[in-house]
Amino acid sequence: MSIKGKAFIAGIYEHPERHLPDRTLPQIHADVGLAALADAGLSTSDVDAYYSAGDAPGFGVLSMIDYLGLECRYLNNTETGGSSYLVHAQHAATAIAAGHIDVALITLAGKPRTGGAGPGGSGRIGAAPEAPFESQWGMSVPGGYALAAQRHMHEFGTTSEQLAEIKVAASTHAHHNPHALLQDRVTVEEVLESPMISDPLHRLDCCVITDGGGAMVIVSEAVADSLERHSIPILGTGSYVKSSQSGRIDLTHTGAVKSGPLAFAEAEITPSDIDYVSIYDSFTITVLITLEDLGFCERGSGGQFVSDGNLQAPHGGLPFNTDGGGLCNNHPANRGGMTKVIEAVRQLRGEANAPVQVDDCELALAHGTGGSLATRSASSTMILGRSL
Amino acid sequence: MRLPAKAAHSNSENAPFFEGTENGHLVLPKCSVCDFVIWFPREICPECGSQEVAWFEASGRGTIYSCTVTRQIPGSWSKVTPFVLAYVELEEGPRVMTNIVECDPESVSIGDPVEAVFEEAVHRDGEPGSPLLRFRPISG
Repeated sequence: MSIKGKAFIAGIYEHPERHLPDRTLPQIHADVGLAALADAGLSTSDVDAYYSAGDAPGFGVLSMIDYLGLECRYLNNTETGGSSYLVHAQHAATAIAAGHIDVALITLAGKPRTGGAGPGGSGRIGAAPEAPFESQWGMSVPGGYALAAQRHMHEFGTTSEQLAEIKVAASTHAHHNPHALLQDRVTVEEVLESPMISDPLHRLDCCVITDGGGAMVIVSEAVADSLERHSIPILGTGSYVKSSQSGRIDLTHTGAVKSGPLAFAEAEITPSDIDYVSIYDSFTITVLITLEDLGFCERGSGGQFVSDGNLQAPHGGLPFNTDGGGLCNNHPANRGGMTKVIEAVRQLRGEANAPVQVDDCELALAHGTGGSLATRSASSTMILGRSL
Repeated sequence: MRLPAKAAHSNSENAPFFEGTENGHLVLPKCSVCDFVIWFPREICPECGSQEVAWFEASGRGTIYSCTVTRQIPGSWSKVTPFVLAYVELEEGPRVMTNIVECDPESVSIGDPVEAVFEEAVHRDGEPGSPLLRFRPISG
């Protein structure tokens, strides 16, 4: 059974704030969830399925269904880090295609800019079987991705200048987003002159840290047809967990080598058909490797592909992350998957910020990466169309 | 400066590895069915699914698969920057996360030959724990 054309994204919402010290976590989940439902023209009483990840406080979706006053016959707390929300969308589309549910709500919220405990809970992570062999060596999040970048440079000759081009494109887009945390354009030179965090990643190769959240509403065709707002059909999905490969990890690719082809096959299109991409951008290297893995360029040639403004909207060869992405706009709860889907929907609706709206945007791809490129990660790809 | 040495919490499944480091040996699990050398240490073979595992002493030698000099990091590691985080590919096959020590961090490169060193580690309560597996360049 294919989910192609069976489920539709009817509502989206990205919290406009980037610092929310006075809002509780449940409040932010509610803020974005209610706003996404309103965007669709629906309310909490229409929801029959709810999805969230480790950022849902307390008992996860059980606590949040109670808090929000939902009545759900389908629920899912799948936790794959930043890609969780694409995985949720895939599961919701599958449940809709099977006829189990009609309206799924997916929410994300977090306050890492304010500070405090991160999502997921360190106690649970500390009990992981791999923890005694990975937690003793001072691997920061940038440090782990730096290991991947170093190996990619070693094998393929990728350069820091090429990685910087990705940040430059993101900043050019964020310049047109009044909500973006960083709205100033930067140059390749400015990226290279920013402080080195972990070789070869500079501060400006890293994403921002923001409070906030986002939500999406996924509905059946019958519900979509009843709404005034144009809903965006989900054409294909694919997810894949790249493990630490039995201790023989290859740091130069991600699970997108599997999730991408699954999504393209279901959508019955190829990478050259795509007009716009939202690519998870925890770091510049994440984008470069993912573009190779998804088949937008040959393995090892990502450095050339991202150069010369190829990723810049509206006229680059493959416009990406037109909201400014995690690198400049927003990375709520340290999880970037939700905002990737949201900006892809904006592009297909023709509601991106005008200077970065892609002309005749018919097909878009959103991609999330969770976990760490240095150890184990979950990739999830979604292909969306303006219409069926 | 010496890197932080927080002892790992071993358990009944991975204890032979840590008994090895206490005695200055790198002891790894190998699948009794398909001979695969397993990393990270556990009593299941991720290649064939067998839970029959035998432990053996590895050479402790390898080469650097990837490495990064970390210059900014929060917490206790901020006091020891710059330091080298690395993956070392052991002669027996596994790529293990570690630090490269006893060297100038700026001199470390992918492909360099290295050998295991076992550094004293302590638990949070100050009690001594199993030594940590780190690596140093093989000179010459």
